[in-house]
Amino acid sequence: MLADRDSSLGPMKDLVLYLTDVAGPLRFAPYELVAMVAMLLFGAVVVFGFVLPVAGITSWLERRVWARIQSRVGPNRVGPQGFLQWLADGLKNLMKEDIIPSAADPWLFALAPYLVVIGFVATFAVVPFGDVLVIADLDIGILYITAVTGLVVVGVLMAGWASNNKWSLLGGIRSAAQIVSYEIPAGLSIFPVVLLTGTLSMQEIIRAQGWAPWHWFLFHDPFTFAAFFVFFVAALAEGNRTPFDLPEAESELVAGFCTEYSGMRYLLFFLAEWGNLYVIGAIVTTLFLGGWQVPPVTEHPVALAVFQLATFFAKAYFFVFVAMWVRATLPRVRVDQLMILCWKYMVPIALVNVVGTAIWMVVVPTSLGRVVAIAMTIGGAALVVIFFRRVRFHLRRARLGPADYYYSPFI
Amino acid sequence: MGAALFLLVAALTVVAALGVILHPNPVKSALFLVVTLFLLAAVFVLLEAHMIAALQIIVYAGAIMVLFLFVIMLLNLRNDDPERGRRRYVLRGLAWIGGVALAIELALLVRGASVGSAGSAPAGYGGAAAVARSLYTDFLLPFELTSILLLAAVVGAVVLAQKQRRPTLS
Repeated sequence: MLADRDSSLGPMKDLVLYLTDVAGPLRFAPYELVAMVAMLLFGAVVVFGFVLPVAGITSWLERRVWARIQSRVGPNRVGPQGFLQWLADGLKNLMKEDIIPSAADPWLFALAPYLVVIGFVATFAVVPFGDVLVIADLDIGILYITAVTGLVVVGVLMAGWASNNKWSLLGGIRSAAQIVSYEIPAGLSIFPVVLLTGTLSMQEIIRAQGWAPWHWFLFHDPFTFAAFFVFFVAALAEGNRTPFDLPEAESELVAGFCTEYSGMRYLLFFLAEWGNLYVIGAIVTTLFLGGWQVPPVTEHPVALAVFQLATFFAKAYFFVFVAMWVRATLPRVRVDQLMILCWKYMVPIALVNVVGTAIWMVVVPTSLGRVVAIAMTIGGAALVVIFFRRVRFHLRRARLGPADYYYSPFI
Repeated sequence: MGAALFLLVAALTVVAALGVILHPNPVKSALFLVVTLFLLAAVFVLLEAHMIAALQIIVYAGAIMVLFLFVIMLLNLRNDDPERGRRRYVLRGLAWIGGVALAIELALLVRGASVGSAGSAPAGYGGAAAVARSLYTDFLLPFELTSILLLAAVVGAVVLAQKQRRPTLS
């Protein structure tokens, strides 16, 4: 970490160099120590200033979106449109009593939620928000994300076992089986993009794409198009989201691995789940949707950084919205269906995508590839148009009552 | 600074590894092994082997150890339930033999090694490209053989685990 300070610190290196310069304010302190403290401070700022609000606001938005899809109102009391509900919930849970059941293993019970949160927060280290807005552009970026999210499954298993409760244990074991299984199609769906770019670095993957949809890997060829869907579904399953939220299936397991948890420790699991939605969106955006690539409209570095950040955030957050939408619409699958979907459909499809992309790279000439990309973009746009026409058709036929009540986004 | 960090990580690794063999509870023992593997990944990072560190965590801490924990939890093993009878002494004897053999090997290795600064690694050393290059040039044959071995293991596991299609005559 410290050894490759020349490559990974990026813009922060200048600041640290200035501070430890012969005339700098911290000239007595060793370079590595200052760099380490600066990185820790930066990490804390990122966590408290970005990660926690994103997860919190996502929780509020999910409850609102979900309520509207089910013809309810949802939380709308705290702040305008209930916007501050997440802060109220956080404060309430922080002040609750920290209950550790007497039959539970106190150390592991207390530790498990932190592992889950670390596993998701650590991914933000390589999420590229812009050309320069990245904490560390690691050489192995996408592999790093796959690696650190491994902590989540350890945390969930630990929570299930330490609770000393059969529902918790079953939930933890289900979750472990599910995450380990769906890691395979998710990992295999990363490979087509890695093959196309020849790198694992998140920034290099984005730089290999362009701002226009026909430069995105989503529309590069039919195999990457399929890989995108496999990855998104597998990532939802890894994040224990509906329709794959079997570890928390309340009709069977009370609340699964978090049955015995209460207060802030309970909330930490959900903080990780909501934050993880954004991470899924960010990875999908990076791999398939051109990341922060923007049309060349401005040269000003600050304006460009803001524009890139906004583009990346909008793309990533769109997938958070899709996940909410899926959760509100689809019923939960059964355990056997879950495993059949993974091993009999998604793994073979993902393997075909890897081999297909490799063959495509060798066989299809660049000019034909460009034509295919544009044709696929047109096809994708046509799909979106047809979809929204259907939505409009159904909304018109629904005759729910006074339209201004049902269609107003603000209640 | 690098040396201090290494010593810290190495000391913690040894402590965690001792936890693996000394803790009476099998689940906690396995969790100590997870900690050990994460710390070993940290050692790899300090040695500039980023790729190996990531693979170490994905394969061992993320997949193999999860399956270990999975099985231990499913069998619901309780605190230290030692083997009874003569078998216990046989196992102890075997453990002593293996331990002494490893200790002798280690001593021979340490005697033959020279301790000193290895110098700093060249740029890109231990990254994805460097590992892939050596894997697909110098070590191509062992790499492919390993993949065939793993494939055979997968097929074997499926054959062993699947339900028998036809009841055998008995």
